[in-house]
Amino acid sequence: MLFYLLKRVGLAVVIVVVAVVLLYSMIHVVPGDPASVILGPRATPEMKQELYERMGLDRPFVVQVVSFLGKVARGNLGMDFFSQRPVAQIVFKQLDETLVLVLASIGWAMLLGIPLGCYSAVFRNTFSDKLVGFFSIGVIAVPSFVVALYSLLLFAVTLKWLPAIGAGESGQYMDQLQHLILPAFAIGLGWVGYIARLVRASMLEVLNENHIRRARAFGLPEHVIVFQYALKLAILPTVTLLGTGIGRLISSAVFAEIVFARPGIGKLIFDSVVSRNYPLVMGAVLVSTVLFVLSTTISDSINAMLDPRVRERL
Amino acid sequence: MAEPVLDIRNLSVNYFTPRGTVQALRRINLQVPSAKVVGLVGESGCGKSTLISAVIRLMAENARVAAGEIRFLGKDMHHLSPRDLQGIRGRHMSMVFQDPMTALNPVFTIGRQMKDIQYRDAVSGKEKLKRAADMLSLVGIPDAVSRLDNYPHHFSGGMRQRITIAMALLVQPKLLIADEPTTALDATLEVQIIRLLKDLQADFQCAILFISHHLNVIAELCDFVGVMYAGELVEKGSVRDIFHRPGHPYTKALLECDPSVIAEPTRFLPTIPGEIPSLIDLPEGCIFHDRCPRAAQVCQKTPPPEVSLAAHHTAACHCLEV
Amino acid sequence: MGFFGMILVALVILSALFAPFLTTHDHNALDIANRLAGPSAEHWMGTDQLGRDVFSRVVMGSRIAVWVALVTVSMSLGIGLVLGMMAGYGPKWLDAALLLLFDTLRSFPTIMFALALVTVFGPSLQTVIIVIVATTFPVYGRMVRTQTQALGNNEFIVAEEAMGAGMIRILGIHILPNIIGPLFIVASMDIPVVVTIEAGLSFLGVGVRPPTPSWGSILNDGYAYIRNTPWIIIFGGLPLIVTTLGFTFLGESLRDIFDPKLRRDL
Repeated sequence: MLFYLLKRVGLAVVIVVVAVVLLYSMIHVVPGDPASVILGPRATPEMKQELYERMGLDRPFVVQVVSFLGKVARGNLGMDFFSQRPVAQIVFKQLDETLVLVLASIGWAMLLGIPLGCYSAVFRNTFSDKLVGFFSIGVIAVPSFVVALYSLLLFAVTLKWLPAIGAGESGQYMDQLQHLILPAFAIGLGWVGYIARLVRASMLEVLNENHIRRARAFGLPEHVIVFQYALKLAILPTVTLLGTGIGRLISSAVFAEIVFARPGIGKLIFDSVVSRNYPLVMGAVLVSTVLFVLSTTISDSINAMLDPRVRERL
Repeated sequence: MAEPVLDIRNLSVNYFTPRGTVQALRRINLQVPSAKVVGLVGESGCGKSTLISAVIRLMAENARVAAGEIRFLGKDMHHLSPRDLQGIRGRHMSMVFQDPMTALNPVFTIGRQMKDIQYRDAVSGKEKLKRAADMLSLVGIPDAVSRLDNYPHHFSGGMRQRITIAMALLVQPKLLIADEPTTALDATLEVQIIRLLKDLQADFQCAILFISHHLNVIAELCDFVGVMYAGELVEKGSVRDIFHRPGHPYTKALLECDPSVIAEPTRFLPTIPGEIPSLIDLPEGCIFHDRCPRAAQVCQKTPPPEVSLAAHHTAACHCLEV
Repeated sequence: MGFFGMILVALVILSALFAPFLTTHDHNALDIANRLAGPSAEHWMGTDQLGRDVFSRVVMGSRIAVWVALVTVSMSLGIGLVLGMMAGYGPKWLDAALLLLFDTLRSFPTIMFALALVTVFGPSLQTVIIVIVATTFPVYGRMVRTQTQALGNNEFIVAEEAMGAGMIRILGIHILPNIIGPLFIVASMDIPVVVTIEAGLSFLGVGVRPPTPSWGSILNDGYAYIRNTPWIIIFGGLPLIVTTLGFTFLGESLRDIFDPKLRRDL
């Protein structure tokens, strides 16, 4: 188990390094110079030169990459253009907010999705199964920001049942919870469908396997068979796909944060893009990429914990 | 004779498919006496598995019992409620399946799986694990107590089959159904498993319904044998009767085709010419007539009666020569 | 379900093809006096904050959506196909390198990546297309690679090699036809995703430049004026829902028809 973890983490590190290099090289692929883009059309040659020196853009490419990697490894993601605060500090503060949102979304999606999937598998091909299937595909298809906008319109603006903006008073948990409902709903809705479909397909496959037949032949109660013997096996692909879906989750979070004006990485990036705050954007993208790689690593590891067969292969 | 543990009377089972109704089993009459081993032989597709699934009532969705009844310990199986069935399965009746590689749940330890099948017993978990370990030792798994914490994939095929046998006997059943338990194993393993079963059967005194198409295994293990062909039981009797005085032409052919009886080296393996008839469009007369060396006019038109050749030895044929 | 999907898809495609004939007004024409009006006989979907007819803008928006979908998916497919075959058929080091490329590109959350690129390149439709292609071709690449590897081990390929067939021939004549089917189905499932991304980016203001009527930018307008009128959002979101539902339902039934085992490949 330990060996597998080491190998998996090693792979993750390699991917992150490559990602950093890729991200960094993007500037240098740009036709034209980054200074003009960043400073705008009124930049004088002196200003550009100063920017180059400040950002170290006048040194050879490889040197830049290595030095950047070194800084990143030490947690230094550069300085914010405007406020001169360390990027890392700003990003991580906002990260908490986003994580809360993401966890809440996935949480309620699993809470509804897994039972729906089980139900569909056990009662397959009945009318309710087909209905759930239709609904599942439907919610997967519709973009989450459209759901966000519609729910904002319906529940906040028109019906005024829930707050429209912000994350709530800090320290006031009920208030924060209220503010969390709509955004988490918008992000999580698509996932309910996704999870339900996945669990259904998985369960159907597992329920057909020989060991389940054997368990039935031994008279084990149906609920043990479905919810313990079958579900534990069926859950595995769900866990893996959740890990790789984190990328999409973060993207959805960006939209939800902007639509509902919540603080978080999404809003941070967006504001920085608009103000051309280049180091902040790079830092935030880097962090979310690392987060993504981290989550896939964790989900693969959980998978290995649940399914002992995975440990022996990578 | 005392009441048989399993009494199958006139059983017919159909599968409903888009291509028509497959009459998979027709008028099966078979008894398994208490503490005896009854073997069921036949080619692939003759209906052995269908019979088993009917007995434990885990049939495919499109299968129906068209006629007849199955009595287990005197009770009619098909009119039992699901709760009663649960009381029987894994308690008085247990099974060993064909493929040991897929018979165990890969994500639970075997200790956990062996504990779970004892869920009806009101004893402590520790006691259940102890019983499991004892049983594992009995079937020849060394170092049983520590191996309870292992997962199925840590065991070889032969050992996994031993584990499933251990599980089947752990519940002390009156009837053990073994569905081709050695088919997926190589010859040496087969010998070991059969010896194991023989010993355990003698110790536990349970009845066994043993399905196989390996004739030598049947000969070694069983007291009585039933021969199936294309969904019908064409002959049944004691092991001696079947192997030394086979009545039905199919049984004879089967015995002749067994590679182990070939006396001289030869390039040509004897086979039975022809194919199994369609089970959707059944022929009018005897099911075997188109491949039978003894076929007569009457065989084509009328289904053969069950003729008694000796005590407990019957065959369904028009042209019996004893 | 598939039938329903087909109808919706046909709706979108036809609207894109015949857009200029279907619009009731010039989609850029301003009519400030009439701004933020609700649906009426003259303006079926109302007007936006500059008095432009929303219906016409929505219809023209379908052109953009379809265009983006076509361009990005075909480019992704093309790149993915070539790279995937190279990875699956070529030397081990190439395979490892390409695999690493695929996995790394897949690790970037698309929107984040887009935002980063936009900071550097500036917002435009081209940037959006580049981002989408860059983040989607790895998926195809991986699929093609898996299939190519699996088929490459097939005996008849080995036989062809033994007879001296060149790599291009083998790839083109033997491997390609076997891969096209599943690829096509996955690609059709990608269309709604791609349309969503473009709309999303335009909604954020980093996609198409105004006054181009991408559905996303219509929603952007609607969001700014959400308290004045609900209709812009309602009608801006509607075509997105129609498109995504339509293509998804269609894709799902195609998948069921052709190969229900497809999901494993990813």
